[in-house]
This record gives sequence, structure tokens and C-alpha cells, in this order.
Amino acid sequence: MLKQIEGSHGVAEAVALCRPEVICCYPITPQTHIVEDLGALVKSGKLENCEYINVESEFAALSVGIGSSAAGARTYTATASQGMLFMAEAVYNASGLGLPIVMTVGNRAIGAPINIWNDQTDSMSVRDAGWIQLFVEDNQQAVDIHIQAFKIAERLSLPVMVCMDGFILTHAYEGIDVPDQEQVDKFLPPFEPRQSLDPNDPISLGAMVGPEAYTEVRYLAHHKQTQALGLIPEINEEFKQIFGRDSGGLISTYNIEDADTVIVTLGSVIGTIQEVVDEQRSQGVKIGALTIRSFRPFPFEAIRSALEGAKRVVVFEKCLAVGLGGIVATNVRLALDGVAVTVYTVIGGLGGRPITRKSLHHLFENAVKDELEEVTFLDLKTDVVERELERERQLIRSGSIAENILRDVGVVDAAKTA
Amino acid sequence: MFQVRIHGRGGQGVVSAAEMLSIAAFLEGKHSQAVPSFGSERMGAPVVAFCRIDDKTIRLREPVLEPDALIIQDPTLFSAIDVFAGLSPNGYLLINSKRTLEELGIAEAVNHLPKDQVRLVPATEIALKHIKRPLPNAVLLGALAAVTGVIKIESVVKAIASKFPGKIGDANIQAAEAAYQQLANHIPEEAAC
Repeated sequence: MLKQIEGSHGVAEAVALCRPEVICCYPITPQTHIVEDLGALVKSGKLENCEYINVESEFAALSVGIGSSAAGARTYTATASQGMLFMAEAVYNASGLGLPIVMTVGNRAIGAPINIWNDQTDSMSVRDAGWIQLFVEDNQQAVDIHIQAFKIAERLSLPVMVCMDGFILTHAYEGIDVPDQEQVDKFLPPFEPRQSLDPNDPISLGAMVGPEAYTEVRYLAHHKQTQALGLIPEINEEFKQIFGRDSGGLISTYNIEDADTVIVTLGSVIGTIQEVVDEQRSQGVKIGALTIRSFRPFPFEAIRSALEGAKRVVVFEKCLAVGLGGIVATNVRLALDGVAVTVYTVIGGLGGRPITRKSLHHLFENAVKDELEEVTFLDLKTDVVERELERERQLIRSGSIAENILRDVGVVDAAKTA
Repeated sequence: MFQVRIHGRGGQGVVSAAEMLSIAAFLEGKHSQAVPSFGSERMGAPVVAFCRIDDKTIRLREPVLEPDALIIQDPTLFSAIDVFAGLSPNGYLLINSKRTLEELGIAEAVNHLPKDQVRLVPATEIALKHIKRPLPNAVLLGALAAVTGVIKIESVVKAIASKFPGKIGDANIQAAEAAYQQLANHIPEEAAC
């Protein structure tokens, strides 16, 4: 049924339709509304046969999830930002043990400096932890991909993160077609665990594995991820058959067929990018865009074959590998190894800075003329940066960077007068 | 596309207003998108929310930078931030105040806008009368329906009822309808409540 609802509410409804048996969560902005809505669905009896467990931290949330999934229960949780860091050990354990937990990440920046707004640093901080990571473009996809995520996770016995931009999607009201229970039941069979803890048939899980077998266990973790490259599009097809909607599989492309310049990105910013692509196309610029849905496993072949006709690729990412540059761009470069194409890295939208059409137009115009630096920080206030660097040159006790810069951009004063 | 930006302070229902407006547009078969721009959430802090309404799918995710309509729920914001930034020269401006533009010190700033599209609405007073609390958000949606015609008052009423079923919603509906009547009939502001 088509409804005008908040993204978080749509996700809660989608998760409930998947008949989870255990939901264990600790609220953190911007995923809070999702877990609150799920709590309400359990309490009201709309979501039956589900244990909703309030825990005291993110570490506990995922640890309880590991226990319940190991006991054979379909398990869901959600997190964001520092919460992801706090549960980091459990993140690795969930995938290492092969437990098909589904977790929403309401993508948010990581501190310090503390920042509640959107970027994708949190998901990226655990990109190599062995989870499948799927990034969604809009709230319809958030709903659809959550339903697919349980199926992918359980088919492979691997956990899946569904990454959605905090606030921009979690807090956005838009039209969402929420599927019927019948459709979801047809698509998603009851959970049949590959392994489960049962007092009547005791087994042990989580063995210590020494040098004689550790490499093989890790190899299989990698192998499973490569299997997911085939499975994700396959499950998207199955989904399409039942629900009539295409979530795009590993990647989605937009006007790339004859494009000299292709913008590569993840998540909700693709909407604004598509608007800019259309405007530039109308002026005769051969430009297109590609969205990576599956960041782990990384779809090397799909990306390579989509981009090998381009002259230049601009990777636009909401994250930063400090001391390296782009995280996504580094992966894209690997996919394009040996292809004669220039790859630019653009870091934008950090800590919730708005990504505007105006800035993107300017950026893409420069890209088309090959006038971009290898790494560009979109809308960087260079005067502010220079001022701080100068302070550091002049003074040993130049003070805290964050506080200095807040004063320079006038936020401290504005807060006093507002 | 019709874009609305709502300014107010934490606790005034700025975000709910954008959400209800998007529901109202949705009920008319349009595409719509409402997004908040939170600061650190606390009562009294400046809050902005956006709503876009269109006949086709809305892909744009940037903040509303060039609004067609601006709703100011709290006139004390004029001294704190540039609320008029980007407002279309043919735009609509609704301000919650029982004072005049001169008294608010913004007569000059809004001089270029079409006269009948700049409206002062004593939304807090209307809210106090009907809701018994100083919550101007639903009132100003009623006013928006009257002044812009971009949504019908019936849709606003349904949207309020769907977001706040029961007594609270009913009181807000009364308040929104009162504002709609007052602005649609061009009743002078002084005779408002």
C-alpha cells in the first residue's frame, strides 16, 4: 500500500513484515525512530512472536543478536556512528560466526568532533568486517532492500548491513509502497538456520581456531562474499517477480551508455546527482552516473564493464580515509586497473554539509575539462583552513581546532545571540 | 515543483508541519518530500524543515534553498538568522505575528514581494484559542492553503487527523480551519481572534 511516511517508519514496517523473532536495539540518532517504531509494533501486538529486548549499549545489542541468531531466531538490530564503533568487536564476531543478522545503519559521521549528521564514515569503518553492505538510494529502496537482506543473509549465513543516509532518508517523509504480508511471506521463507544452539542437541560454536585452520576459515569468509555477487542480483530478480519493483542488484546506472564522464557514488546523493546530470545533458554534456548498491562484496566486474567506455570517472563519496583520500575511489580504481580512464576523488557531504546542485554543477564542469585535483573536498572553506594553519604556525598553544574553527565561522557567536 | 521552507524553534512543531504538509499533498495524489534540518535537538533552538511538492518523483535531496513559500513560525528569528535567503521574488511569506511588518522591522526586506502574498497571521493567538497551547504549526498550514492554493484545506485537515488522531488533532484542525477562513476571506489581522 502506498503511504506517505517517514523513512524510519517504512523500515520498521518492512522489518516487521519479515517476521523477526528477536529485535535487540539501543537507540542512537538517527536510527532511533526505527527501533522505537519496532518497539511499538511489538508492544501493540501487531508484530507477534517477537522478543523485543532493550539493552544497555550497542555492544550488548549486537551481542544479544549474536546469541539469538545462534539459537536459530531471525534477528534484527540497528545502529549508527559511535554505536557502530562501540559494537565493533561483535560486528566481526557476527560475520566470523556466520550469523545471518540484519542490521540497519542510519549513516552518520563519527567523532571527534562529535557530529550527529549524515555521512557514511560509520559503515565504512567496518567495511572489511565480513558483513555484506548494501547502500540504498531512497526510502522505497530502504524498504525493499531490508526485505531482500534477510533472504540474502539467510541463504549465505552471513550478516547484512543495510546502509541508509541518516536524516536525509531516515527522517524524510515520502511516498513508500509498503508490501503486503502475503507477498513478503511468499518471498521470504521461515528461517532455517545452517547451525543452531539447541539444549536438546548440544553443539559448540565459536571454537578457538589456530594456525592449522584459521586461513581456511577466513578464505571461506571471502569466498562467501564472492558468492553474494551472484546471489544479490538473483534475489533482486525474485523480488521483482513478486513485488514488481527493481532494486537494481549490485549497481545502478544512469545515462552512462555514451557518457565520457561518469559520476560514481553511494546512497541518497544519487537523486541530486541525477538532477544535475539531466541539466548538463540538456546542454549537450555526455555525462552519466553509477550507484554502487553492494559495497561489500565489491562488484569489480560490474563496475569495470560499466565504466570502461568512459574517459573519466568522478567518485563522489561521503567518507574519508584520513591520510589516504577516498575509500570508495580506491576500490573503484582497483576495479579499473589497466583501463585507460582518469579517476578523480571527491569528498563531500561530511558531517551533514548539504550537497547542492550548484556545487555539483561547478564540480562536474571542472571534471569535464579535466581541471580537478586528484582529491577534491567539495565546498571546502579554504580561508578558514588557512587561518587555522596560520594560527598553528604562529603559536604553539594555538588551541583546539574544532573550537577555533567554530569561532571563525561564527557559530559560537550565533549560538549566543539566537 | 513547489518548495516550502519552515522556520521556527524547537518545540513549535516545525518538523511536524513539514510532514503534515507532505501528507496533505500526497492525499491529493502528488509527490512530496518533507525533511527536517535538525540542529542539536532542544527546546528553543532554531529549527528548519523543508517540503517539496511536485507532479513527478522528487529526486532532489538538497535543502530547500530557493523556496516558493516561506513560513516563519517565530518572528524573533529575524535577528538570529537570514530566514529570507533564496526566497523567490514571486514567493509567498507567512509570518506568525500580530504585529505589523514595520513593527517587526522587516518592511523593507519584504518590499519586493507581491503585497497579497506577504501575510501576517496571529497563529499563536489562534492556537491558544483552539488548542490552548502556543503551537502555531497547523494554524499556518491552514493559512498556507488559503494564501497559496497549493493544497486544499480539506487535505490539510486530513493530514492533521492522520498525524495526530484524536483530541489534539481535532483542536489543531479547528485552529487550521479558523486561519484558513480568516485568510481566505481577507479578514483584517486585528480582528483575528
